[in-house]
Amino acid sequence: MERKIYLDHNATTPVHPEVLEAMLPFYQEGFGNASSIHSFGREAKVALEESREKVARFLNADPLEIYFTSGGTESDNLAVKGVAWANKKKGNHIITSQIEHHAVLESCKFLEKEGYEITYLPVDRYGLVDHDELKKSIKKETVLVSIMHANNEMGIIQPIAELAGLAKEKGVYFHTDAVQSTGKMKIDVNELNVDMLSLSAHKFYGPKGVGALYIRRGVRLTPLAHGGHHEKSRRAGTENVPGIVGLAKALEIVHSDMQKEERRLKSLTETFFKKVTERIPDVFLNGHPVLRIPNTLNLSFKGVEGESIILNLDLKGIGVASGSACTSGTLEPSHVLSAMGVPGDLAQSSLRFSFGRSNSIDDVDYVVQLLPEIISKLRAMSPIYQK
Amino acid sequence: MNKKLMPSVRVVVAMSGGVDSSLAAFLLSESGEKGFEVIGITLKLWDYSEVGGDLYKDGRCCSLEAMNDARNVCQKIGAPYYVLDFREEFKDEVISNFINEYKKGRTPNPCIVCNTEIKWKLLWNKAKKLGAEYLATGHYARIKHSPEDGRFLLLKGADPQKDQSYALWGLSQENLSKTIFPLGELTKKEVRELARRYDLKTAFKEESQEICFVPDDDYERFLREWEDGYSAKDLSQIKSGPIYDLKKKKLGEHKGIPFYTVGQRRGLKIAAGKPLYVVKIDPEENVIYVGENKDLFRTTFVVSDLNWIYIPQLEDKMECLVKIRYMHTPAKAVISPHFENVGTGLVEGSEIPLSGVPVRNKNRTTTRVVPTKSDAHKKNARASSCTPLKVLVEFEKPERAITPGQSAVFYEGEKVIGGGVIEKTLS
Repeated sequence: MERKIYLDHNATTPVHPEVLEAMLPFYQEGFGNASSIHSFGREAKVALEESREKVARFLNADPLEIYFTSGGTESDNLAVKGVAWANKKKGNHIITSQIEHHAVLESCKFLEKEGYEITYLPVDRYGLVDHDELKKSIKKETVLVSIMHANNEMGIIQPIAELAGLAKEKGVYFHTDAVQSTGKMKIDVNELNVDMLSLSAHKFYGPKGVGALYIRRGVRLTPLAHGGHHEKSRRAGTENVPGIVGLAKALEIVHSDMQKEERRLKSLTETFFKKVTERIPDVFLNGHPVLRIPNTLNLSFKGVEGESIILNLDLKGIGVASGSACTSGTLEPSHVLSAMGVPGDLAQSSLRFSFGRSNSIDDVDYVVQLLPEIISKLRAMSPIYQK
Repeated sequence: MNKKLMPSVRVVVAMSGGVDSSLAAFLLSESGEKGFEVIGITLKLWDYSEVGGDLYKDGRCCSLEAMNDARNVCQKIGAPYYVLDFREEFKDEVISNFINEYKKGRTPNPCIVCNTEIKWKLLWNKAKKLGAEYLATGHYARIKHSPEDGRFLLLKGADPQKDQSYALWGLSQENLSKTIFPLGELTKKEVRELARRYDLKTAFKEESQEICFVPDDDYERFLREWEDGYSAKDLSQIKSGPIYDLKKKKLGEHKGIPFYTVGQRRGLKIAAGKPLYVVKIDPEENVIYVGENKDLFRTTFVVSDLNWIYIPQLEDKMECLVKIRYMHTPAKAVISPHFENVGTGLVEGSEIPLSGVPVRNKNRTTTRVVPTKSDAHKKNARASSCTPLKVLVEFEKPERAITPGQSAVFYEGEKVIGGGVIEKTLS
């Protein structure tokens, strides 16, 4: 059997066995509808609210501020559209950045068609949003600032507390998409000073199809889904109890050894980067050298299309990505790299390695051993690459 | 071929999601008889949102269903499967050529452009990057290596009903040496039977006949909508104009040159005692000429933009069979090297302007068309000693609707001698 190595943990992660174990009872004996009056319903309701408390604790929030959703995309949509619709009277201006996930960007584009005005803040060459640009952009019609915490493609971490502070001063809501940072680093909604925060279970060893939106008490927001009093009428629909239980359990597991895992992943990616650059010339690191989540490396291999490297690695059983899984298969270079001003050819040659719990130093050695041959073969066929 | 002898020769199979390419992949794979290491690739060439038509209409190439079906077949044979996005390239090479040809009053063969410019150029380049030694497709055609002169020959598929060699005349010697057509020896009936026997999901899928990116087969709608979305300036160039009979008597109005094809009868909106057909299109004067069925029959025409397969070059007159469109039965003709300056200037049909180098041939290493009229003499004079740039075809008996823009393919029996694009009829 061919060796298989998964280096795409920013796309998704496997469900942790203990998470699965925690979920399973709620598909069978604990199957009740959390809204039902009887004992079956009560059992589910208890599990649901315990999960909410657990999630709140890890985020340093109040359980009443946690709303379960179907995942990061829904959370982002609810935050952006929900606030925009509910605060129309105050204004129609939203500020976001050019490097957001498409769940935020496309929600903004949708609102633009509805007549909202959107400011897409630029970033510097490291991918950081400019503090002064944000300050300048806030005006009296501004109802929301949405800037992501850790970028899915580059791993860059934005100085959210500082940016959120600017919005707070002007009385503007601040949302952050923390889908990639949750589970990889400590998240404290008060330290971050945010009004809303999106997270998604499958990015930290929980199940797919479940996520949450933290909504600070007092935030005015219109729901996307109507049809019941679930989630305090902000998200109608029978709660996905097994999924929610899994989300909370996964969060508990990643928090149990978070600092240790952070250090381990940091050392793996550093070793990987060092070995790759020792063996392969013309490799460039994209994103910020320090302000980054520990598991993500985005590299450009000059003169080679990222897609060709991905396919060659796949043929060897190694799973990596270029950019985000949601946009792969398109030719346009990553919107994040474009925003960072990375030239088109280098952007086309970028590759994202995102490590996780299953990876060891052996995986690093294995990939580092295969990669130079793949790159030099592709470079030999490249009309643009010259040594 | 024995499985054991071919342990790890890698081949990329271009998969449309139909039964033919599915079986091709299966036969080449380790599950099938050939034992290659197969990689399945579907090219995403266009989007329903771009070309119009119905997203939910059956699973043609480039539909989600087609990709799901191809992926399913690859999963079954344990082959990796990828969808590659070639939409930009397809727009630049195939769709723009399609539109420009119609604008010039010609009738293009987009599948042929796609074969030479997309599949056997861009996809083949990609395949090489994946370490593949061959490219395979589900075309009904055969390739034979001729030991005497070292050439790779293209032969008709064994099923005369399905032969697709017509669409493959543009393949270079390098292409042919690196191509496998696993269905070449099979009939369509056998292909369906085998697909059923091997339980391929696509065994019962319907055939697609139309141009893939015009899913509703309404190319007028496509030209109008695409132009709309593409550039309003282009659309404004399409102007209505007169329809004349062959004596230049005005019979009616046409909607614009691009919406007519030589041989077309429907949609002319002329009341006449007898059926009338488009006989000639003059894009420069913006005139459509109509006539009776008999007026469609011609004998002599010029072919440019050539590629030779059976022979390195046409040196002299040669008797062969010539096929002038996909559904045409090849007819007896003599082909000979043709030089533009040899008194063809004022013959009927010559007012159709030279198209110059078609988009699709810009990188091919075979002979090229003279780019402009002005320097044609000079270039031909120089070329005449070695390279005939065009071919004159003289049918033994007149043939109906010889249509500029369509391909003419020259055959000797089963063998494709070469081919090119019909430039103009002479008589």
